[in-house]
Amino acid sequence: MAENGIGVSVLRKEDRRFLIGKGTYTDDINIAGQTYAIFVRSPHAHATINSIDTAAAAAAAGVVAVLTGDDLAADGIAPLICGVTITSDDGEPHRAPAHPALAQAKVNYVGDHVAIVIAETLAQAKDAAELVDVDYSILTAVVDTATAADDGQPQIHEEAPNNICFNWPLGDKAAVEAAFDSAHKISKLELVNNRMVTNPMEPRAALGEYNSGTEEITLHLTTQNPHLHRLVLSAFNQLAPEHKLRVVSPDVGGGFGAKIFIYAEELVVGWACRKVNRPVKWTADRTEAFLADAHGRDHVTSAEMALDEDGKFLAMRVMTKANLGAYISTFGTMVPTYLYAFLFAGQYTTPLIYSEVKGVFTNTAPVDASRGAGRPEATFMLERLVDVAAADMGLDPAEIRRRNFIPADAFPYQTPVVQCYDSGDYQTALEKALALADYEGFPARAEAAKSRGMRRGIGISSYVEACGIAPSAVVGALGAGIGLWESAQVRFNPTGNVQVFTGTHSHGQGHETTFAQLVCEQLGVPIENIEVVHGDTAKVQFGMGTYGSRSLAVGGVAIAKACEKLIAKGKKIAAHALEAAEGDIEFADGNFTVTGTDKAMSIAEVAFNAYVPHNYPEGLEPGFDENAFFDPLNFSFPAGTHICEVEVDPETGVVEIVKYSAVDDFGKLINPMIVEGQVHGGIVHGIGQALLEGCHYDSEGQLITASYMDYAMPRADNVPSFDIDYAPTDPPDNPLGVKGCGEAGAIGAPPAVINAITNALGVKHIDMPATPETVWRAAQDAA
Amino acid sequence: MLTVTMNVNGKPASAEVEARTLLVEFLREKLRLTGTHVGCDTSQCGACVVHVDGMSVKSCTMLAVMADGKEVVTIEGLASDSKLHPMQQAFMDNHGLQCGFCTPGMVMTALDIVNRRGNDLDEATVRKELEGNICRCTGYHNIVKSVQAGAKAMGD
Repeated sequence: MAENGIGVSVLRKEDRRFLIGKGTYTDDINIAGQTYAIFVRSPHAHATINSIDTAAAAAAAGVVAVLTGDDLAADGIAPLICGVTITSDDGEPHRAPAHPALAQAKVNYVGDHVAIVIAETLAQAKDAAELVDVDYSILTAVVDTATAADDGQPQIHEEAPNNICFNWPLGDKAAVEAAFDSAHKISKLELVNNRMVTNPMEPRAALGEYNSGTEEITLHLTTQNPHLHRLVLSAFNQLAPEHKLRVVSPDVGGGFGAKIFIYAEELVVGWACRKVNRPVKWTADRTEAFLADAHGRDHVTSAEMALDEDGKFLAMRVMTKANLGAYISTFGTMVPTYLYAFLFAGQYTTPLIYSEVKGVFTNTAPVDASRGAGRPEATFMLERLVDVAAADMGLDPAEIRRRNFIPADAFPYQTPVVQCYDSGDYQTALEKALALADYEGFPARAEAAKSRGMRRGIGISSYVEACGIAPSAVVGALGAGIGLWESAQVRFNPTGNVQVFTGTHSHGQGHETTFAQLVCEQLGVPIENIEVVHGDTAKVQFGMGTYGSRSLAVGGVAIAKACEKLIAKGKKIAAHALEAAEGDIEFADGNFTVTGTDKAMSIAEVAFNAYVPHNYPEGLEPGFDENAFFDPLNFSFPAGTHICEVEVDPETGVVEIVKYSAVDDFGKLINPMIVEGQVHGGIVHGIGQALLEGCHYDSEGQLITASYMDYAMPRADNVPSFDIDYAPTDPPDNPLGVKGCGEAGAIGAPPAVINAITNALGVKHIDMPATPETVWRAAQDAA
Repeated sequence: MLTVTMNVNGKPASAEVEARTLLVEFLREKLRLTGTHVGCDTSQCGACVVHVDGMSVKSCTMLAVMADGKEVVTIEGLASDSKLHPMQQAFMDNHGLQCGFCTPGMVMTALDIVNRRGNDLDEATVRKELEGNICRCTGYHNIVKSVQAGAKAMGD
């Protein structure tokens, strides 16, 4: 193993610049002559626009331009798109109303984009935006997920009768019904998966610059996927030809899904900088982030499990209404369908599953992927339902899981909901987690708490998720408009150092270190001589970006393949220089050696020979620089068991997490320190959903949680430290033996927390967020 | 327009500002000290914490003119030459940062905690004291460890 290779907790290469204040986030970039943009947003959830009077704003001090949807349409800029087509139960594609980047005669949510005001200073732009006079006729808003598709509701889009985007069934309805008819017991649960705002700490920003000489637009963006942005902005929005559009996303301050999507502001800034022929900068304030970042979750679900006498799951039926918001965001259709119902088997052998998902439009911000994206919703439903079933059967929650686990020797395992799991050993993870959590000792701790007037509870969540997104042919067959391979270029410079160009994007995940470790291990180059480059379409060949915990499982493999190509070429170069047969050359620890001799050449010397090919194999191309693409064979299926122990004060409803234990299977770990950090962050995201975070619109569609004063983010004193361990398996479909780890915590945590609270209070269910008021009421009702 | 003059990271700095200019805008836009970040509009997130006359301040909540004549220290003022401040080093050693956006505010707050609470900090104290700084990446576990380790190193 190389000193800083695979399996070593190497300190992060990227940290120094962040720690001394030298990170380069989009808003840190300034271009000479730049102007500042403010978006005029709809104050109404649902309204028609009678007129927009921009004259006063355009005449205000410092104003460069005031542009509206008519200007955008006149320049041929096309509406925003959805990237995945879902076939509805009538055989037709999902209903896809137009999503203009600046409103065309109608607004559909508070924060919807009406105009852009561009001025010499930010203050002037803000002042002038106040002068844009929009005459609205207010319409009744549709806000509630559960009733949005009911008869008599106002119609948001003509193209979508009853506000239905799609009805999407999955499974054999009749077979499931038959299994329910003959079941020993049926457990039922109604639940809401609370709407969240993703809230990366860096607000979104865009800085556009047009070069009238080269006719090229450069867009500095806070994006998780610069090439995907360039592709969509070019191919679908007609912003500029792909080769005349450069997207740069240098340091990005967290994403968690919210920075995947192609947003109105990004398209409009890209267009406006050419229109005014000046650099244009827009940075969201936090309230704009709440209003106009895509939100997450927001399901209303009814779930049932049929069981036999032994507590074995016979069949499951799930009916969900999923709120898509006012328009379909980039991946809005995929999240509550493929990323949700395809996970309904969980860790269990449930043979029959039927589900229906109804995607509905409402007058709220678009809903799309947010850390976990569909899998937290699936896991919360399933792991809560399993606990309800355990109570109905009089079984311990650990025992009912043991009785239904997919056995470790059954992998690869074909579930009844499309996915074929790669590898897993669920029982080992559960038993390890039970030991880590001292599950045996819980009754004594509960008793002790009771004597203090407190209620202790313990909750188990055994999750599996699908990430490492994704095999292109599979997602293509499902209706995706893109391939989801990844690419890499590994380039030696003549002096022997290495630059690694990856199409994935790091916005906190530490790729600059993890990927350097991969290359260090494979090529034997010291880690300080390896630099990972991402986030610039002018530097990196191509790539699909980072989301769905795909960077290592897909992008890492592409890097490894490029390294293999370098080694293969290096053997030819070394064989020539060392006057040996190519077949006699071995490569290890950074050196090419002739088998059975002490003749050797370092890879740096080989690289030099490749660039200074004075004594070089005939016919071989110079240069030491290889590209590779990798299209994964399957999704990656991390899994594990999380156990949460809480103490509830029945007098105040305050929940304290006293212990949290997690045992996960992420396959092989490249940098355990970084993986552990990803787990910590994911768990707190999940605890936030379970205890604190709730995005609320009032009945008129006003967002009443639009700042950190109203929307409770988890803070240091809300959460504990964590006990983390692993139960790895070896996924056969992944050449590196790795699985994704970035979303697991957010997927596993919410049901662990809520199962602990319901256990503490002895109630069947409690909705998230389990705020002190909610918990206090539940405690009073139970008493 | 008003002229404000202050000492920033040991050097005199002066600029013409509007009366409504915030200290964070002065630092970021006039001095191009972009290590101090803006993560919210309501003084909740703490990404903008700097020190003014030795006290931690959310620089999004202070007007530049209020800092006239004062000593301001930002994240850029901590490391000397190539050597990180012990608190910065502790964040690196304990993986106390991921995306790095909240980090400058976390480090500046951590130094203020040490100034007020000393070098031997227990977990509960650190968690309570970090209440005004939000991080979405780390889950705080390693930030707490970093602050404890940094505090200890500053006392050594």
